[in-house]
Amino acid sequence: MKIEANNVRVSYGSEQVLKGITMSIKKNTVTAFIGPSGCGKSTFLRCFNRMNDLIESCKVDGQIMIDESDIYHSKVNINELRKSVGMVFQKPNPFPKSIFENVAYGLRINGVTNKKYIEEKVEWAIKQAALWEEVKDKLKKSAFALSGGQQQRLCIARALAVEPSILLMDEPASALDPISTTKIEELIYNLKASYTIIIVTHNMQQATRTSDKTAFFYMGDLIEYDDTRTLFTNPKKQKTQNYITGRFG
Amino acid sequence: MEETLEKPDKPVSQKKPKMTFESKGRTVYYQLQDKIFKYFALAATSLGLIVLVLLLYSVFSSGFDRLDWDFITSLPSKRAAKAGIYTAWTGTLWIMFLTTIIAFPIGVSAGIYLEEYSSRSRMSNLIEINIANLAGVPSIIYGLLGLEVFARFLNLGASVLTGSLTLALLILPIIIVSTREAIKTVPYTLREASFALGASKWQTIWNQVLPASVPGIITGVILAISRAIGETAPLIVIGALTYVPFAPTSPMDEFTVMPIQIFNWVSRPQKAFAENAAAAIIVLLSITFVMNAIAVYLRHRSQKKVKW
Repeated sequence: MKIEANNVRVSYGSEQVLKGITMSIKKNTVTAFIGPSGCGKSTFLRCFNRMNDLIESCKVDGQIMIDESDIYHSKVNINELRKSVGMVFQKPNPFPKSIFENVAYGLRINGVTNKKYIEEKVEWAIKQAALWEEVKDKLKKSAFALSGGQQQRLCIARALAVEPSILLMDEPASALDPISTTKIEELIYNLKASYTIIIVTHNMQQATRTSDKTAFFYMGDLIEYDDTRTLFTNPKKQKTQNYITGRFG
Repeated sequence: MEETLEKPDKPVSQKKPKMTFESKGRTVYYQLQDKIFKYFALAATSLGLIVLVLLLYSVFSSGFDRLDWDFITSLPSKRAAKAGIYTAWTGTLWIMFLTTIIAFPIGVSAGIYLEEYSSRSRMSNLIEINIANLAGVPSIIYGLLGLEVFARFLNLGASVLTGSLTLALLILPIIIVSTREAIKTVPYTLREASFALGASKWQTIWNQVLPASVPGIITGVILAISRAIGETAPLIVIGALTYVPFAPTSPMDEFTVMPIQIFNWVSRPQKAFAENAAAAIIVLLSITFVMNAIAVYLRHRSQKKVKW
């Protein structure tokens, strides 16, 4: 198992937002987290690269193992962890720099100075994100000159450049138009061969199109976790049934 | 079959409109209120501008003829016609330079600490309130502090260094506050993106937060320095001289600055000295205007360049 979460509980101050989640995720699969707003799916996603640590009042209990090592152990270097667990955010958030520098940033902060290596790596990452043909002639241009969908693929390229093994995606297509969304979904499908991907989404069609497994969260609990096809065609819990048929949420 | 909207060949003839929406009753009053306030605001704005124009006119008319290269390169003298502002503006430049290199790193670092590192505690709230208070302390109090601590206790005397340290203290709160404001405008998503790539806190601040907030910080620093070069009271208190026959050559030299020189000339009865003062005011105003222009330019450029 690539990722194993064991009784993970998260609270913000006195409010508990995750009430003991246990699940395991296989290598090179796409897992979708679905559920109504405020159900804790994004919070859970942010446990895997310890982004929750940035929020002062946030407290995480339980155990999360990635490649059989405890990521909340006191000896873990949080920056090393984040290099192997990449993240893509809801709203495209490129740096106010050139397209090239956006992707090169992760390498530079790792102390890479070899110019040729950086150039090769940037090209490789942008190709991985299926953006190369669109930007190869304007790498020096500002990343803000790109469309929203291109910016989001640039953010994916930026995450891939540091060679993570896991990619976390927090509603990566929710701010994009349908065509850009399709591109991101195709990309997710193609990246599966090399990465373990977890995607939070509000769009149930997106979950069925992209994921192998789906986890349904509700009010801080993991209600159901199964093969995507099974969960959407033959859910075992009434709550799941209600949610996927649009009766609430 | 698609339905298409039929377009009329001719525009439909217009009916004579009823008047339902014209002003009446209270709306007439609101409209009047609108107009009155508009002209009141215009008058308020004009008043400030008129005063400035009058000031500039009176200064230029009495000082412009006096302004020449000799005036700028001459040492002060008892005879008004021979006197110049060489020692005053070199003193001002020394003070500006030293004040900046003292206040800039300390103020910016403090701003970064308060915005990025300190946690929300009673202690940090206390610090914050005190910084806001310090920004409002009258400048002569800083002068007394500088006299006691720098001139006497540290035995630096009435030197350029004492003056610079005192003025640095004076503008520190302004720099800290403007640094914090500039850092606050950097969106959280930018920091998140950097952290998610495994960047450390310092790497994130240095590579993302500071470059994005530099124009704001520089603007604040320049405005703070323009305030410092206009200060007279604290420098008089620490013992800056009104008559210095030489330009300072090291931070330990005695000095005078433009505002003190102007003050000195204005207080003399002879008309010729009043002209000198006016000419010196033109030079001092020019320095301040140029610095403010740079600040405005930087702010404008940053607004155009950075869009989120």
